[in-house]
Amino acid sequence: MNILIAILVLGAIAALFGALLGYASIRFHVDGDPIVEQLDALLPQTQCGQCGYPGCKPYAEAVANGEAINKCAPGGEDTIKKIADLLGVDVQPVDENHEQDDSSQSNRPKVAFIIEEDCIGCTKCIQACPVDAILGAAKQMHTIIIDECTGCDLCVAPCPVDCIEMRPTPETIQNWQWDLNKIAVKQID
Amino acid sequence: MDSIIERINQGKFWHFHGGIHPPEQKAITSAKPIKQLALPKQLILPLQQHIGRQGDLLVKVGDKVLKGQALTQSANPMAVPVHAPTSGTITAIKKSVIAHPSGLSELCLFIDVDGEDTWKKREICQDFSKLNNQEIIKKIAEAGIAGMGGAGFPTHIKVNTKPGIDFLIINAAECEPYITADDLLMREQSEAIVDGIKILDQLLTPTFILIGIEDNKPQAIKALQQATKHNAKIKVCVLPTKYPTGGEKQLIKILTGKEVNSGTLPINSGIVVQNVATCFAISDAVINDIPLIRRVVTLTGNALSKPQNFWVLLGTQVSYLLYQAGFVSEVSEKKSTPNSAQPPVIMGGPLMGFSILNEQVPIIKTSNCILAPSKVEMPSAFDHNSNEVECIRCGQCADVCPSQLLPQELQWSAKAKDHQQLAQLNLFDCIDCGACAYVCPSQIPLVQYYRVAKAEIRQQQQLDIKAEKAKARFEARKFRLEQEKIARQVKHEKAAAARKATMNKKSADGGTASSAVAAALARVKAKKAAKNKNTEFPVIGSEKQNDNDQAEISPVKAAIARAKAKRLARETNAESSVTTKKEVIQKQSVTNDSTQNNIIDDKKARIAIAIAKAKAKKVQANKSSTEKSEFSTEIKQEKTGEKVQNTTTAAEEKKARIAAAVAKAKLKRIDKAQQASTTNSKEST
Repeated sequence: MNILIAILVLGAIAALFGALLGYASIRFHVDGDPIVEQLDALLPQTQCGQCGYPGCKPYAEAVANGEAINKCAPGGEDTIKKIADLLGVDVQPVDENHEQDDSSQSNRPKVAFIIEEDCIGCTKCIQACPVDAILGAAKQMHTIIIDECTGCDLCVAPCPVDCIEMRPTPETIQNWQWDLNKIAVKQID
Repeated sequence: MDSIIERINQGKFWHFHGGIHPPEQKAITSAKPIKQLALPKQLILPLQQHIGRQGDLLVKVGDKVLKGQALTQSANPMAVPVHAPTSGTITAIKKSVIAHPSGLSELCLFIDVDGEDTWKKREICQDFSKLNNQEIIKKIAEAGIAGMGGAGFPTHIKVNTKPGIDFLIINAAECEPYITADDLLMREQSEAIVDGIKILDQLLTPTFILIGIEDNKPQAIKALQQATKHNAKIKVCVLPTKYPTGGEKQLIKILTGKEVNSGTLPINSGIVVQNVATCFAISDAVINDIPLIRRVVTLTGNALSKPQNFWVLLGTQVSYLLYQAGFVSEVSEKKSTPNSAQPPVIMGGPLMGFSILNEQVPIIKTSNCILAPSKVEMPSAFDHNSNEVECIRCGQCADVCPSQLLPQELQWSAKAKDHQQLAQLNLFDCIDCGACAYVCPSQIPLVQYYRVAKAEIRQQQQLDIKAEKAKARFEARKFRLEQEKIARQVKHEKAAAARKATMNKKSADGGTASSAVAAALARVKAKKAAKNKNTEFPVIGSEKQNDNDQAEISPVKAAIARAKAKRLARETNAESSVTTKKEVIQKQSVTNDSTQNNIIDDKKARIAIAIAKAKAKKVQANKSSTEKSEFSTEIKQEKTGEKVQNTTTAAEEKKARIAAAVAKAKLKRIDKAQQASTTNSKEST
């Protein structure tokens, strides 16, 4: 008799919790993988494909599925750190294969520039641009919309006449950064 | 509200947290009147002299401009036009160093002054009360007035508000050391300032107008009280001197006891603050139709032999002003200490100003002071090496911060570039007053750290916006490419269908389409029709109908087949016996077909083909090898042709035509085969 009661009670508890869990799994169902969205938000959205994936979102998806976190060259160390924080993994140095060349001294962001007299109007760069930042038509001169260019480099290689180069953006009042080393403290004594 | 006014009437005010009492140094210039300057040779006008956007140019190089003529305009409300400060010729429009701590170049207009100072046509308005608000706002906007207290916010936006303003506060505090420009302006132009205040009163209809002025300007207080004694609405509030009383939020706190919430504007609390120099500019613009082309600038500091306030045309170079004020450049020191190659010149006050790297920079709408200190006066300005030492956590900075922030915490976070922490510590409530740096015993340039951090955060925000935009564009592009792909597919399908349609049409018109294609199409149709038939035939009524149809068709088909056979016979005249046999086959197949309606058509066709094949074999046994191939192909073709004809129940005409086309094709092939056979026979012989 006692055994029967015990079985019944445990059975009832098991059924109750089973029902609870079943209800919760439906009630709190999560669509998709929110981690991908979060990772995508951390990436710089240059859509440059230097990580080997066709855009930032595909890379975010790959990272969520276990791809190395250190393949984003434009994002650099900062992005890797943020991704590491989000995923709770160790920070890794930027992958050598994906490291951006820092040969130029300028730390200003670069954008593509079309040497317009050399442009033959082949539209190859337009097809390569992931963010539609190049304006032009077949046999017409092309030009870069600087404000939209992410500096991803993808248009440089397809150009048959090598008329595209990456140039640092000019420094203006709007994007100027205070340089502490240049400024002496001004205060009266 | 009334209690506030009662308190003010009793001369009691509130206090803001912190603040400092630096040496005032105002006596250097406050005793002398504002001096009119001789016209400089050249004026340099930056197109953007305020917060917002620069306007579009209205003039080009070589144009003669008159004094007060607008040089830029823009439909953008945040754009403020600039005007020619005097008459002259535009000699260049190019980038030039402007009054900004970065020392960067921006687009400037260069005007060669002709010395005649010819005015444009002005419309002087004696009674501004006749103008409606929109007219006044338009005048203010066209006069290019931007806040002259420092930030340079476009005034016409600030005064174009909804009703319900409780307080209009006129900021006459001028709390920063050395500067006396507003003080002198109030003394000399108090009537005009009060006119400006009245215009603002008309625009904003505030409940009360408070003029906040520090008690270190007794003459100015007297002048203002004199000018406002007939106007009960305007109250001159004499405040104790403390830096930074002139900060917008600090002044509001002192006068009304209200605190403006972080991230909101005073207008949300029903308060508008205007600088006293702006009031003067407004009265000049509305009454005298003089756009903002000049301002009072304090030239001060012990490095000047003749420090004084000047009426300065906008665009005047600082070097010219320094020369007028008797700048004693410490040349001897210059050589001995290479570190201080240039004696420092500070634009703005000693606490909030910045040192200018180039004396060619022009005066703009917001420059109120040029400070040229001597080495004794301000050694830190000469010493380019920072004397910063570690923070000792004395907490003095937090004591003096008028925004009640935690400067030392901010400093650590700023050094660590911890933007999140900075946001939590309300970095953007910092007003850059410099009180913390002033009191810091470790000589940490706290404000500079905050400025850097603020600029970095702003840039990060820009980058975030850009990334968001890039993402959107990338997604849009992906979507577009997909759409294009689908569109292409649809287009191809459509084109294919159109081709088919035109082909059918052509064959229907006169059988001009190539026979092979037509035959293929017909075959496809036949298959379809066969399927349909399978479903249709169980109905008994339709059976007879079909019988009739077939009966009608069969003679035609037989005739066609005969005709074909005849033609073949003519061409292959050598093998007459074969053709007759073929004829028989055809006839047989036709009759077979016509009688076997209920049997599936391809079955019929298959049987016919099989029979034909068998017959052909018999014939072949007697005939030569060349003929054999000829026949088999002929028969096969004919069979397929027949099949098509039999299966299609509708459109007899069409069928006939198809048959004709098939026949044509056959003829061609036979021709070829014959040629081949003849060549073969030639070879054999």
